[in-house]
Amino acid sequence: MTQENSTLIIKDAETYFVVPISRPDFGSSGKTGSWRTERPVVNEEKCTKCLYCWLYCPEDTILRREDDMVYVDYDYCKGCGICAAVCPVNAIEMVPEVKRGEN
Amino acid sequence: MPVRLADFPRVRYGMPGNAACPGCPETMGLRYVKMALGDDVVLVIPAGCSSVIQGYTPKSGINFPILNIVFASAASAASGMQAAFESQGKDTTVIVWAGDGGTGDIGFQAMSGAAERNDNIMYICADNEAYMNTGIQRSSLTPYGAWTTTTWTGKKEHKKNIPMIMIAHEVPYVATATVGYPQDFIDKLRKAAKIKGFKYIHLLAPDPVGWKFDPSLTAKLGQLAVQTGLFPLYEYENGKLTVSVFSRLYRKPEKRVPIIEYIKVQGRYAQLMKDPEKIKGLEEEIERQWKWIDILEKSSNPSSVAQQIIKENK
Repeated sequence: MTQENSTLIIKDAETYFVVPISRPDFGSSGKTGSWRTERPVVNEEKCTKCLYCWLYCPEDTILRREDDMVYVDYDYCKGCGICAAVCPVNAIEMVPEVKRGEN
Repeated sequence: MPVRLADFPRVRYGMPGNAACPGCPETMGLRYVKMALGDDVVLVIPAGCSSVIQGYTPKSGINFPILNIVFASAASAASGMQAAFESQGKDTTVIVWAGDGGTGDIGFQAMSGAAERNDNIMYICADNEAYMNTGIQRSSLTPYGAWTTTTWTGKKEHKKNIPMIMIAHEVPYVATATVGYPQDFIDKLRKAAKIKGFKYIHLLAPDPVGWKFDPSLTAKLGQLAVQTGLFPLYEYENGKLTVSVFSRLYRKPEKRVPIIEYIKVQGRYAQLMKDPEKIKGLEEEIERQWKWIDILEKSSNPSSVAQQIIKENK
């Protein structure tokens, strides 16, 4: 992120202010996928494309393909499991993450 | 207008990688605001979880332009901002996104003032029923019997009914919604954006941290609150109150889901589970909610409601 992007510079004839300003961007708290203890895995055979998981995901980490099949952005998914809980056909399974160093 | 999910374009409405807890209802709610109203929206956020969710500069974890401001002046700041937009000929929607403490306790005078002036802003209260950001202290919107760090044997008072207080202000639009029924919330947001004047939407936001439940149940608990009758969905428009579609079925007490289903999954009601006598307190809260709805539905004129209550109390 450049300096220009993160600050708002107001220039007057006599005054010169630099106002710190944040702009919406991915990962304002880093790659939050590392918080996860369980990862959602979509079973594409069971999925009926009802899009409930996409609607309820608090993080917007469930994405839609062209044919409305869903997939998960594991960089930012925090693993809350709402998608698995709201799925009417149980097409999403929460699989425990492998411990670091075990693999 | 019913909301169809397949109609929404394949873009990202939220901002992944923010500082919210897993299963946060506020990021869900903010995403629905983006879905419903698009880009031409400015948020005014008083202190609360939403100020923390934004994460670290120079990035922001909420997909809107935001003015962060102190508790006591959120609604007044929004009024001023709206006036500035209007003088520039812009049609931007100004939304105050406040928590229950910022609405019912500290920010109440500013909100009441803006409602009385009928300023053209939208006020959304994301009600997670305690001061979650500072460590789960009791607010005036904490329900009866709930544990917080300042009421650790369960709150003894009842929840303040803010939507009904806003109806008494006679503003053009008041509605209740929950993150459990996003279609309903999106529908109400779209309706409110078209109305000129002060709009108030009360959004129930079940919080996995403060309510002590599994993060995967956020949406489910939003639905259970409606199905038990504890949080009726309704909208008040042009002096007329209508119960929303998702709540209509649970009007009759025999159709409602038993309140125990809602209580048993939440750790904050552990005291109630030990002492079943206290559950009656919550049942009273349900009755009180529906009594007000019945009265307001029968007579759309609030002043005649006051007369009716005076008559009943004699």
